[in-house]
Amino acid sequence: MRLKVLQKMLWAAVALAIPAYGALHLLDERAETPVAEVSFRPTFSLLDAEGRVRMPSDFAGKHLLVFFGFTNCPDVCPTTLAEVAQVMEGLGDDAGKVQPLFISIDPTRDRGLELAEYTAAFHPSILGLAGDEAQTRAAAGSFRIFYEREDSSGAPDGYTMAHSASLYLIGPDGNWLRQFSYGTPASEIMNDLKQRL
Amino acid sequence: MKYLLTALLLSLSATPLLACETVQLGSLEISEAWSRASIGMARPGAFYVTIRNTGATDDALAGIATPVSGKPMLHETVVKDGVASMPHAPAIPVPADSTVQLEPGGYHGMLMGLTQVLKEGETFPVTLTFREAGDVTVPVAIRGMGAKDAGCVDKKD
Ligand SMILES: [Cu+2]
Repeated sequence: MRLKVLQKMLWAAVALAIPAYGALHLLDERAETPVAEVSFRPTFSLLDAEGRVRMPSDFAGKHLLVFFGFTNCPDVCPTTLAEVAQVMEGLGDDAGKVQPLFISIDPTRDRGLELAEYTAAFHPSILGLAGDEAQTRAAAGSFRIFYEREDSSGAPDGYTMAHSASLYLIGPDGNWLRQFSYGTPASEIMNDLKQRL
Repeated sequence: MKYLLTALLLSLSATPLLACETVQLGSLEISEAWSRASIGMARPGAFYVTIRNTGATDDALAGIATPVSGKPMLHETVVKDGVASMPHAPAIPVPADSTVQLEPGGYHGMLMGLTQVLKEGETFPVTLTFREAGDVTVPVAIRGMGAKDAGCVDKKD
């Protein structure tokens, strides 16, 4: 009799544990592990400061750490680029295996504002890219990120940009690996990268 | 001698040390005012500060003014569903018995129309206007472009 009660309890525990495990696993996958269905290959064709067209194939074999932003953004963008700089410093000898990219979602204004000088102020390895409007739309679309111009009297030149503020990690084969949401500590990003390099 | 003393005081005021000191205005304690160095004057800067209200009356930061910006304004960075935007904040509440931080990823003073280059290691004044307590001017430490906080040795919370 007592065994039966125990058995029931055990079965109940299993019944509870299965969906819990499943939910955990799902969360895991969404946040961390790329699976076949969510894996995709973001692409871009954008100009660097020297006017050269840069594409993912230029960086084949390297991990790409990509941020979309604009230089008239004095809060979120410097904070994230400072994190990227810290990650690159922390990677030491492995830093050469990672190419950080800053893709401007306000390219017309940023091209006139010495984008290279801006990115270099954070870390010399960060490459700033600014295409034309269509190229930028296409790049953002392929990364599945959002940006939008917002007219505002309380912003320089009367407008500001709302934009996805995560960092995106692309593998050496060009496949999307994961994102780091805004505010992820540099140490966490570095540890993730170190395991992959 | 007098000239030397003035020069000494001026050079002292150029160090970020002073900016780490707490400035008192009634029951408000203002500390850790800082900003990041700028490249030129074409892009806006951001201003951060910690405000502690030790009193029993709610207050609010209603505005800022500084000679380094032709159009200073209060903003709040909002990250919703991963998308960051920066709406204007008409005022920043400073409730009684609480500490409010203007910090990266949250409230900040948006310093538009810079009138001078912000150079690391220097300071500039910002006047804060509170609804109840009135005005107070604090020295703001200019830190490196990659700074994340005021860099004060003994951080007050
Ligand atoms: Cu702002």
